[in-house]
Amino acid sequence: MSINRRQFLRRAGMITALGLGSSFVISGFGKKAIAEAAGFEKASNDLPAKRWAMVVDMSKFKTEADYNRVIEACHSLHNVPNFPDTKNEIKWIWEEDYHHAFAGGFNEYLDDHVLHSPFMVLCNHCENPPCVKACPTQATFQRPDGIVAMDFHRCIGCRFCMGACPFGARSFNFKDPRPFIEEVSTEYPTRTMGVVEKCNFCYERLAEGLMPACVEKSNGGLIFGDLDDPNSEVRKIVSTKFTIRRKPELGTQPSVYYLVGGGEHA
Amino acid sequence: MYKGGKIFASLIIFAALFTIPFFYNMGKANAGPDVALNTPAIQQLPASDQQCVESPEFMRANHMQLLNQWREEAVRNGQTVYINSQGKEFDISLQDTCLKCHATESASNPVVLNNPVNTAGVSNPAINDSPQFCASCHDYSAVKPLCWTCHFEPKEAVK
Repeated sequence: MSINRRQFLRRAGMITALGLGSSFVISGFGKKAIAEAAGFEKASNDLPAKRWAMVVDMSKFKTEADYNRVIEACHSLHNVPNFPDTKNEIKWIWEEDYHHAFAGGFNEYLDDHVLHSPFMVLCNHCENPPCVKACPTQATFQRPDGIVAMDFHRCIGCRFCMGACPFGARSFNFKDPRPFIEEVSTEYPTRTMGVVEKCNFCYERLAEGLMPACVEKSNGGLIFGDLDDPNSEVRKIVSTKFTIRRKPELGTQPSVYYLVGGGEHA
Repeated sequence: MYKGGKIFASLIIFAALFTIPFFYNMGKANAGPDVALNTPAIQQLPASDQQCVESPEFMRANHMQLLNQWREEAVRNGQTVYINSQGKEFDISLQDTCLKCHATESASNPVVLNNPVNTAGVSNPAINDSPQFCASCHDYSAVKPLCWTCHFEPKEAVK
């Protein structure tokens, strides 16, 4: 019954080879074609762009209603919950005062409207998005049209992106959001507990040929278009008027521009 | 063998107990899931449109991979139209394409939007009902996909 070392090694080798070989045979036979599809394509009315961008014309935001209308349009469409405790707050587009939105840019002689009225802030859809670099699962990624999008299916809730974003544009679902959505919109899914969310520049509407919901409801206060197209309105404003961006010194190249000079835009 | 009788007796008892479910169910035909393939929405379609995005055999075996492909293409690559093996085009949407046909509005199965909220004010993803069509197979095979913690049944079914 006893075997010597050489015999043991030889038999072990043979069994290993047999096991490996048969696993190849089984997986070879078991291979099945999943894709029966002929393919995928973009929707026919999908709006093409190289780099989507937004200009916020602060002269058009005068009353509280101007802000709320825009916020409401976005938050009700995207099922953004309304948590009573601000620690759990979820926001896609919101108001921020000058000192926080443009930290370091303080100048006591600034125009009163600029200094004291809130700014409309949202995800900047940066050209060099730090959140995308931070995401370990590539749940957040940059689309070819410049939109920094999120795949909620892939988000594991690590919140690295929230730490990486210098604009605080991301919110985390600490609780199940569904009970806190007053009026559920069937246009867009809700999120689930444990995922991060943020503005997506309404890419689901762009695919249907529509402008983002906030732009539609802003009465011209938000201008949206392709920055890469020299004839687009956003490009004309950005290249002819004085606009500012949030924290440009960080080099993330935000795609949201603020027109603070007032008056008519290009 | 030391205490051999006891050991063998216990082994036999153990084996008998362990295999009771097997013998208990032996010879009984399994009913299988009752899948509602003929919903009113499907019957209203013209005969040429009554097939799913792919053949029933393919869908039965591969719908999960297909859904993953759809998700990948629509969310990550912005390709929101699926062209099937017959060259027909479908919008990629769980809510508006799949459930246009497969939603079932039975009273016993409240629509997903009637998000069940338990007494603590927290809706439990595990008790969010999935549409009857999905649930009939998934319950049978004890599969619990999490689609309906975020997605809805289509507008028409939400009354």
